[in-house]
Amino acid sequence: MSSRFPFSAIAGQDEMKRALLLTAVDPMIGGLLAFGDRGTGKSTAVRALAALLPAMKAIDGCPYHCDPATPQAQCDACREKTKPKTKSMPIPVVDLPLGATEDRVVGALDLERALASGEKAFEPGLLASANRGYLYVDEVNLLEDHIVDLLLDVAASGENVVEREGLSIRHPARFVLVGSGNPEEGELRPQLLDRFGLSVDVRTPTDVATWVEIARRRLAYEADPDAYAAQWESHESELQRKLVAARKKVESVTLSDEIMERAAALCLALQTDGLRGQLTLMRAARALAAFEGRKQVTLEDVKRMAGPALRHRLRRNPLDETGSQTRIDRALAELFG
Amino acid sequence: MTMPTDAAPRDASGDALLICRLLAADPHGLGGVALASGSGPGRDAFLSCYKKLASASAPLITVPAHVSPDRLEGGLDIAATLAQGKPISSRGLIASADQGAMLLLSAERMSLDKAARIASAMDHAQTSRFGVIACDESREDDEALPKILSERMAFRINPDAGIKALHSDAVIPVDLARKAQELSILKAVEQALAETVLMLGIASPRALIFAFRVARLHAALTKQTTVTEADATIAAQLVFAHRATQMPIEEQSSEEEAKSQNQDSDSNTSNYTEAQSGALADRVLDAVRTHLPEGLLAKLDASAFSRQGRSGQGAKAAKAGKTRGRPLGARRGDPRSGARLDLVETLRVAAPWQRLRRQTQPKRTGVIVHKDDFRVRRFKEHRETTAIFVVDASGSSAIKRLAEAKGAVELILADCYVRRDRVAVIAFRSKSAEILLHPTRSLQRAKRSLAELPGGGGTPLTAAIETTLALADQVKRTGGVPLAVFLTDGRANITRDGTPDKAKALSETESAAKALRASGIKSLVIDLSDRPEGAAKTLAAALDALYLPLPHAEANAISNHVGAAMKSAGRSS
Repeated sequence: MSSRFPFSAIAGQDEMKRALLLTAVDPMIGGLLAFGDRGTGKSTAVRALAALLPAMKAIDGCPYHCDPATPQAQCDACREKTKPKTKSMPIPVVDLPLGATEDRVVGALDLERALASGEKAFEPGLLASANRGYLYVDEVNLLEDHIVDLLLDVAASGENVVEREGLSIRHPARFVLVGSGNPEEGELRPQLLDRFGLSVDVRTPTDVATWVEIARRRLAYEADPDAYAAQWESHESELQRKLVAARKKVESVTLSDEIMERAAALCLALQTDGLRGQLTLMRAARALAAFEGRKQVTLEDVKRMAGPALRHRLRRNPLDETGSQTRIDRALAELFG
Repeated sequence: MTMPTDAAPRDASGDALLICRLLAADPHGLGGVALASGSGPGRDAFLSCYKKLASASAPLITVPAHVSPDRLEGGLDIAATLAQGKPISSRGLIASADQGAMLLLSAERMSLDKAARIASAMDHAQTSRFGVIACDESREDDEALPKILSERMAFRINPDAGIKALHSDAVIPVDLARKAQELSILKAVEQALAETVLMLGIASPRALIFAFRVARLHAALTKQTTVTEADATIAAQLVFAHRATQMPIEEQSSEEEAKSQNQDSDSNTSNYTEAQSGALADRVLDAVRTHLPEGLLAKLDASAFSRQGRSGQGAKAAKAGKTRGRPLGARRGDPRSGARLDLVETLRVAAPWQRLRRQTQPKRTGVIVHKDDFRVRRFKEHRETTAIFVVDASGSSAIKRLAEAKGAVELILADCYVRRDRVAVIAFRSKSAEILLHPTRSLQRAKRSLAELPGGGGTPLTAAIETTLALADQVKRTGGVPLAVFLTDGRANITRDGTPDKAKALSETESAAKALRASGIKSLVIDLSDRPEGAAKTLAAALDALYLPLPHAEANAISNHVGAAMKSAGRSS
């Protein structure tokens, strides 16, 4: 397979790229929602990010690619193995296409094996393939409601429970949910909105130079993907190094009580729904500090992440013209000066 | 400001042939073409020309709109599997189209999920690299090619204009796509194309990428070694004209804008002057102007919502596909009761039992299916309700209560938002009624349209009811259930033809109300007048509507009533 489009070669869209990187630094942040125009490189960025991440170790032959290092997160079959064979594989990125059937998503009876040998076997679905990786949902706002409900459950529990057609299976399904869509075509239910850790508005660039650069880079990549990837190799490995370092460090970045309190005050002032907003804000600020090599979360980190972490959790007033970002900016100015 | 000189307007007759040649050379890179015409000689000529031009090894796979998703992607071939007793997998249409193109028939009727699969296959190009020729026969506004597909195709053309040219013996040189890839594009040309994209209000960078590819292919086709202005002009005409969402700002201002944009980007461009690129962009833009679809200007000027309107179209088509009943999966049932048998599901249920059943009936051959195994398709039963708010914005006493009415609508909106129902807003004042918001689920747009609601003038209630009826019919056609919510004092004083005459207006209103009632549309009247029990009550009686006088009904109560009405509307149908 030819090389993927390099992450560092994506022109513009800095906010989206940073948010994506932070979800990689700390997957517990819980996914990213990118709302905005079509053709702005959302899908490309997710794929490029997965290619950027170092390969992961997985138990060989496991359809959920369980992690040999964390037995508590393994599927039943893997837990029983005493000395499983491991392999190294790229971080999976799974597309959830619009109109995917429940079968495709959750998994279903393996028809092939059932017909051929009369065996009742489980054919893992997209959720299984996405375990430990990324689940990318394009046009997430147009997704069928029953699929959305399904995603909500699994994203919350990290586990896919299948109870159908006489099958009774549960398997780990921890993934970073990345959704994209255009809010003009329909909105997401607040329940699903809340499941996304960060949200960014992806706008078409407005300057000629970026436009030219986007098209130029795309064509250069297509002409020779491998050579193009090689050209960006140094950028990519630098970014990868930064990312891996941040991942190691993120747990040890300290958060002072003062910062926690001020973040809580911000969430209170904005009346965000639920506690998840505040948790995500803290995690995101910590991930940002780790990514930029700081040992402590600063107020600046909180300020920078307030938009992406809280924007989609504000209670909406249909008659209020003020955008979410404006409200956050106002609250930031009031509280943090 | 100079008029276009060297970029003389080319007529559409040559475009069809040119598009055909370019597409045959690189179907995957250009994504495809939408043939905007009914079936007829134009389309036939285009297709036969394409077949002639495309290399012999390039397949052209015909895909009808009702193709099943598994045929697209391939998978287990049930019929063959049952016949042979071992799993036989079939090659999907997507895989078969590799290195060639897919011909989508009645593409405007293709459901969003299938369109999404094709689009995603085009993007990833892992199993198959192909382009799409989409026959778009949409006539009315509520049908359109799925946006997700049209976005990924470089061209859109009506082939009827180019029949004669399409019968030519033109050929394309071998390896054109590879040769084109080696060509470089002048920086000034790149810049001019990007400026043109921005001035035409095109949001997707894909358009620019397509334009670059088309320009290169065109240069290669005409055996040049660099891509020049002429190539860029043609690329812009073919790729941008049908994507434009705004008219370029005229003359002087466009020059200034181009200049200021140049200054922005000066830092990383050096080998041409500002003026050069600005003038070039203007020439390209002028060329595109000649190619803009007829009526675009009128459409764009018609309403301030033009941009939202356009982007909404895709969604509208998408939702239409949904309301016509997407399968929800299968459940146990009897196929003779009129439900549709889900064969795959049935076999899936029967399969694990085959070995056991064979033991009890050793002589039987084939799959042994019991009645219990039957699974029937289940379709979405809850039909979408669309609440049409008909808001009286006239200068009569209603205006005082408009704010309160907005408060009620706000609550209902929040409720719709959670229940995934759609809302539409019609406002009437002065002489006519206007649809402020076509049915949508977008809170943002509803919000905007309400905030911008002006007030004052007469009360053209008849016009309002008639507009409501038309919109409700449209909602019904797409499989939804309309519910009309009138917020008015009912004191009509403008007749159908726009003249003030109270008595005539009232009698017209009554007959219009009866027509609405006769068409079976449920409605609610929220009385905005200070002293209720007046004209609005009469209107409610004529409509056979639930009557809620506002002074007694708080916003919350109204919201509850509407919510209950919507629920029952969704159930009863």
